[in-house]
Amino acid sequence: MFENYSDSQVYLAIVLAPLIGSIIAGVFNAYISRAVAHTVTIVGVAISFVLAVFVFKYFAFDGAPIYNETVYTWLVSDGIRFEIGFLVDNLTSMMLVVVSFVSLMVHLYTIGYMSDDPGYKRFFSYISLFTFSMYMLVMSNNFLQLFFGWEAVGLVSYLLIGFYYKKESAIFANMKAFLVNRVGDFGFILGIAGILMVFNTLDYADVFAAASSKANLTTELFPGTEWSMMTVICILLFVGAMGKSAQVPLHVWLPDSMEGPTPISALIHAATMVTAGIFMVTRMSPLFELSETALSFILVIGAVTALFMGFLGIIQNDIKRVVAYSTLSQLGYMTVALGASAYSAAVFHLMTHAFFKALLFLAAGSVIIGMHHVQDIRQMGGLKKYMPITYWTSLLGTLALIGFPGFSGFYSKDSIIEAVHASTIPGSTFAYYAVLIGVFVTALYSLRMFFIVFHGEERMDHHTKEHLKESPWVVTVPLVLLAIPSVIIGGMTITSVLYGDYFNNVVFVQQAHDVLGQLKESYHGPLSMILHGIMTAPFYLMVAGIATAWYLYMKKPELPGKIKNSFGLIYDILDNKYGFDAFNEKVIAGGTRGLGNILSKFGDIMIIDGFVVNGSAKSVAWFSSIIRHVQTGYLYHYAFVMILGLIGLLGLVIF
Amino acid sequence: METILFYVFSTFMVVSALMVITVNNPVRAAFFLVLTFFAAAAIWLLLEAEFLAVILIIVYVGAVMVLFLFVVMMLDVNLAELKAGFVKNLPIAVAVALMMFGIIYFVVGGNQFDIHNFVPPERHGADYSNISELGKVLYTEYVFAFEIAAVILLVGIIAAISLTLRRRPNTRHQKVEEQVAVKGEDRLRVIKLEPQERK
Amino acid sequence: MLTLTHFLVLGAIVFSISLAGVFINRKNIIILLMCVELMLLAVNTNFIAFSHFLNDTAGQVFVFFILTVAAAEAAIGLAILVVLFRNKRTINVEELDTLKG
Repeated sequence: MFENYSDSQVYLAIVLAPLIGSIIAGVFNAYISRAVAHTVTIVGVAISFVLAVFVFKYFAFDGAPIYNETVYTWLVSDGIRFEIGFLVDNLTSMMLVVVSFVSLMVHLYTIGYMSDDPGYKRFFSYISLFTFSMYMLVMSNNFLQLFFGWEAVGLVSYLLIGFYYKKESAIFANMKAFLVNRVGDFGFILGIAGILMVFNTLDYADVFAAASSKANLTTELFPGTEWSMMTVICILLFVGAMGKSAQVPLHVWLPDSMEGPTPISALIHAATMVTAGIFMVTRMSPLFELSETALSFILVIGAVTALFMGFLGIIQNDIKRVVAYSTLSQLGYMTVALGASAYSAAVFHLMTHAFFKALLFLAAGSVIIGMHHVQDIRQMGGLKKYMPITYWTSLLGTLALIGFPGFSGFYSKDSIIEAVHASTIPGSTFAYYAVLIGVFVTALYSLRMFFIVFHGEERMDHHTKEHLKESPWVVTVPLVLLAIPSVIIGGMTITSVLYGDYFNNVVFVQQAHDVLGQLKESYHGPLSMILHGIMTAPFYLMVAGIATAWYLYMKKPELPGKIKNSFGLIYDILDNKYGFDAFNEKVIAGGTRGLGNILSKFGDIMIIDGFVVNGSAKSVAWFSSIIRHVQTGYLYHYAFVMILGLIGLLGLVIF
Repeated sequence: METILFYVFSTFMVVSALMVITVNNPVRAAFFLVLTFFAAAAIWLLLEAEFLAVILIIVYVGAVMVLFLFVVMMLDVNLAELKAGFVKNLPIAVAVALMMFGIIYFVVGGNQFDIHNFVPPERHGADYSNISELGKVLYTEYVFAFEIAAVILLVGIIAAISLTLRRRPNTRHQKVEEQVAVKGEDRLRVIKLEPQERK
Repeated sequence: MLTLTHFLVLGAIVFSISLAGVFINRKNIIILLMCVELMLLAVNTNFIAFSHFLNDTAGQVFVFFILTVAAAEAAIGLAILVVLFRNKRTINVEELDTLKG
């Protein structure tokens, strides 16, 4: 790539630059100033961003061969090699650019957002560490390193959700995120174990090469039932993705994760980490393609998430939670695309979503700064004239999110809808209608929030209003920089990413599932897609959503209250988030606690403490209280026993 | 001639050993032990171990036994009390001793190890030196063990001293280190007195 | 004609006597220590007899070391005895039963 450097050195530099920044900012926390902390971390991420752009150019435009090398062998056990290695191809290079760009923007933005926070340096250390972990995840060439990155991003997510560690609700939220992710990770590691069992290797290339030969392998999960081994492995791996990418029913942690600082919501809980599951499934496409059952499962889960999480967005009043539910819904879209075997569409949506959702979160953060950390949208309104840059960038982000023709989100979302429509996998009809209604819902909640926050009557108190002003440049510059790709990246790249040969060597799709191949026949470039788009159902649904939002929140603001009162039951269901939290709290957590209590009382206190530990000690004491009478303390008794022993031994030798 | 000497000295040895364990007064027991050692030294001379025989007398009789006597005399032991229980313990002592002797005799008295076939070696000439023979082995082959033995003796000395050393709180010691470290101002203090009017 | 057996039997007799001494003397630790010395003497006699009859100096070297160790042992044993007497005012074996379980 570069004349004087080998490829592996460049990739190592990408990975290690943020790690070094993180270590400096974290370990030497007490010895450096704030300026040093943000400088080293930003320089580290900037280096990796520049290198990532070069790598991207190298793969996307120069058509470089796939790079797959082992950097370090950790250990070899029974012929299985545990290694650290890099697999860099078109998918990885794209992820690298997305991650490093959003991360860089968030780093810059943080200078402004966290400027008066005592944990400033710690925060920079964490987000750089996150960047490192995410690189390790996407650049991995084996399952072990993937799992390492997977857990590392989960750890940093945990640390950052609980960043305000003195706040009760933040502690609760990070524990919740951690526990829910454990459920997913348990499935994930079981899936990896299954792969190790079937393929006897953890290396991607070896596994994928051998995948088709193992397609018909079956296993007996429960006595008397036959399961396709591939289905079991794929569903287990997808359970991991469900945890990390917050799919129903493991989505409950994501809304609560908004307890963390807003830059984190943008970086981790919208743009990058939560898409790790999407990335992973795309990477494993050679495996998932072998199991139609698993694909169908993914499709249904994604569709449920996309639709029902969108509904929840409509009634939320916390500005960050609205965006969080929107994230859930969009992740559902990506998952639907995966289920429909349109991996490229999923990754395409992942990329566009990363830009516009990071933008929306950072804009929400900008609003929060302006409102002096008030997050309730009922106290906002009419912010347009106070925060023009935030207003316009938010508008662009919102339009991209709802899929307004010409914006990035339009291309990716429409492609997904079309792909699902063309899919024949069981469940695709349900999924099609789910994502279709989802378009309406998305438009409704996005514009609702937009109208309430930026238009209408000014509901904030007098004091806040006096200080209301546009955020500093470190906040607005990232907004503008993110707004640009939010608008144009979709139209620019759709031809090559979706219908070109960009993912040819990365994504493997079986002929029967190749929905994108079918769509390709009717695709004639982005402009004609717009023309086609405004004549199809999604467009009208979107317009209907916008119109509904405008009518309800601009024209007749008193109407939503009436609707709420007349549909009290539905509102309650939505307000309780379909009862997932209550179910988890009462049944799962309560059941676990109950079981724990029983085990503690009977198993631990009675059997282990009472019988095993104290019982053995007591029996020793009892036995020795009897046997101690042997010890008389008289010298000649000991001597006598010694002599007896000596005579005995001599006798043994002689006779 | 040798046989006669052997029997004479072994009779001495056995009888005095018996006396050691039967007399009541520890001082007398110690003297009988000395006698036993002398007899043993004579037996060892018969076996051409001149050096060890001499060492036995010098070190054992001269040092160790004297140590025993010191201790016996230092400790104020009630002699009358020590006599009691002698008869009661005699049977078991005899039984154990006989059993032990029986087993050992069974081993060495019979012909277990072809013991009878060991011919007594030729007597060495007048120029034979047991000391130099022993020295040659001790300082070459066993030099390491020899040095360990020296260390053991050193440890024995230190242990015996530290065990019996008694610190009396009211004895007066010289503290040499303080005497050496003393400074002028510790000894001499110059004070300024205001002149006083004579009354 | 003296054979090896003569000396070994002598050693055995002295050893058995000292063993009996351990059992007879229940009152006086000093005599017990003397009995131990006697035992060592018996063993040493055996060593020297073997050394002579096998024509090997190694046996005498053993005796040399045993004497060394026995001297040290006697010194320390007596020192302990002195300390014991100082603390307990007795050397009566039957009164020393601190180890009783």
